[in-house]
Amino acid sequence: MTASVLARPRTSAEALPARRPRRRLGPGRAIPFGAALGPLLLLALWAVGSAAGWLDSRTLSAPWTVVTTAGELIADGRLQDNLAVSAQRAGLGLAFGTVIGTVLALVSGLSRWGEAILDGPVQIKRAIPGVALIPLLVLWLGIGEQMKVTTIVLGVFVPVYIHTHNGLRSIDSRYVELGESLRLRPAVFLRRIVLPGALPGFLLGMRFAVVGAWLSLVVVEQINSTSGIGYMMDLARQYGQTDVIIVGLVLYGLLGLLSDGAVRLAQRKALSWRRTLAD
Amino acid sequence: MATHAGGLTGTRTVRTRGLQRGFGDRTVLDGLDLEIGAGEFVALLGRSGSGKSTLLRALAGLDRDVAGSGLIDVPEKSSVVFQDARLLPWQRVLDNVVLGLSGPDAAQRGRAALAEVGLAGREQAWPHQLSGGEQQRVALARALVSEPELLLADEPFGALDALTRLRMHELLRELCVRHRPAVLLVTHDVDEAVTLADRVLVVDQGRITVDTTIDLPAPRSHRQPQFLAYRESLLRALGVDQQKG
Ligand SMILES: Nc1ncnc2c1ncn2[C@@H]1O[C@H](COP(=O)(O)OP(=O)(O)OP(=O)(O)O)[C@@H](O)[C@H]1O
Ligand SMILES: [Mg+2]
Repeated sequence: MTASVLARPRTSAEALPARRPRRRLGPGRAIPFGAALGPLLLLALWAVGSAAGWLDSRTLSAPWTVVTTAGELIADGRLQDNLAVSAQRAGLGLAFGTVIGTVLALVSGLSRWGEAILDGPVQIKRAIPGVALIPLLVLWLGIGEQMKVTTIVLGVFVPVYIHTHNGLRSIDSRYVELGESLRLRPAVFLRRIVLPGALPGFLLGMRFAVVGAWLSLVVVEQINSTSGIGYMMDLARQYGQTDVIIVGLVLYGLLGLLSDGAVRLAQRKALSWRRTLAD
Repeated sequence: MATHAGGLTGTRTVRTRGLQRGFGDRTVLDGLDLEIGAGEFVALLGRSGSGKSTLLRALAGLDRDVAGSGLIDVPEKSSVVFQDARLLPWQRVLDNVVLGLSGPDAAQRGRAALAEVGLAGREQAWPHQLSGGEQQRVALARALVSEPELLLADEPFGALDALTRLRMHELLRELCVRHRPAVLLVTHDVDEAVTLADRVLVVDQGRITVDTTIDLPAPRSHRQPQFLAYRESLLRALGVDQQKG
């Protein structure tokens, strides 16, 4: 008796015409290893093209030739040596550029005077491509490491500044009001509200900055260099070694991807308090 | 007129004289006088746009950009509870509570304050993991953890559902009995005002037009005839006609 009464609503619900499921507006669940899918597809095309003979080995060496060449370059130590030099340049440039960009963003984000004085010049620098400054930097600093690292710094600090500054300025004024109502000391205000509030912007800037560091590196290493991956590639150009050039390109790509991945990982760790469209 | 006796010995925590605030050429507060005694619970009613928030922000010192004049005397140790819980989303619950504290016992006091609002065990949660009522309880804990002499609250329960609001009333009353701050509670809700307050004020045309002491024993209930009488006279002062409504 009771059972039949309880069962009735369920049957009537089943009898209802099937309703269209609600459409979800986010991008949906993440695909496992989704990030690797595109590059793998590209690699497969390249391999098939080489095996079938569509790609001339003088235009583009086959993937397996590139792998053997990379093996040889590692065996005689050239790859590691050049990579170490390049990584050091990029690392130094990134470190200095990040510090400079962050400090400038803080000064210009927290004081009207700082903004009036600093923001204009940074915007001007932003409009000048890094390559265009190299002749001047060579005259000032010579062709040594100093010039190379400086070029990278100039490429790195701009995105860090722009995005950190924007992050700072878009901190909700209600949080500033909260800080005032709690009579926070300026140092506490900076540490608890300003810096964490600007962190998403800073990390976005870092993603542009790491890629920018490698890009600037390519440019400086192919001018007047005697070491580094760019130099290795330039030398290979003179001898017509496509395979070595491709090893260099793959290396640049991998370094860019790895460093971007590292920043994204840091992003996920540091911004775990956020709930966004991507989650 | 009594001379100002500061701190614990005085019976008065808040005093304003001739408070004037305006936006552009629109005067919102027009020579407002207000006094709140130590430990007194005052509710402030008024129609929308009558200047309740403007007054509260003036008392909290959050209106530096607003033109005005007048004398304001509020204790150094005062706290604000906003309508939104206003928790920092990037700080865990405990860190939000102790934001304004310093010293080695800050975490200890924060934990105790969270326990008082019934949120022991949620110290390490992120604010977005809490319900709206829980977030507002964290905001209460944050306001009371510094043992303020004055608690300023602008419609703190306005965004909560009716049931949660009743729970919050009980909680607020308990906390006020224990910590004894003077309270200025801005609200739209006449029942809320009569239930909680020792005194109910109505602001209109930039001044306080009604100042009623609520003389009802606790626990107060909507069924008490005096409760209904207070309610009706306040509604009339707010321009709500019961007969028609
Ligand atoms: N920042 C501002 N700029 C201009 N006018 C303002 C500003 N803040 C408040 N006002 C005006 O001042 C008047 C009083 O506003 P206030 O916020 O104090 O009202 P309220 O009594 O709190 O109303 P409510 O009950 O709707 O919250 C309103 O007419 C409002 O438009
Ligand atoms: Mg208001």
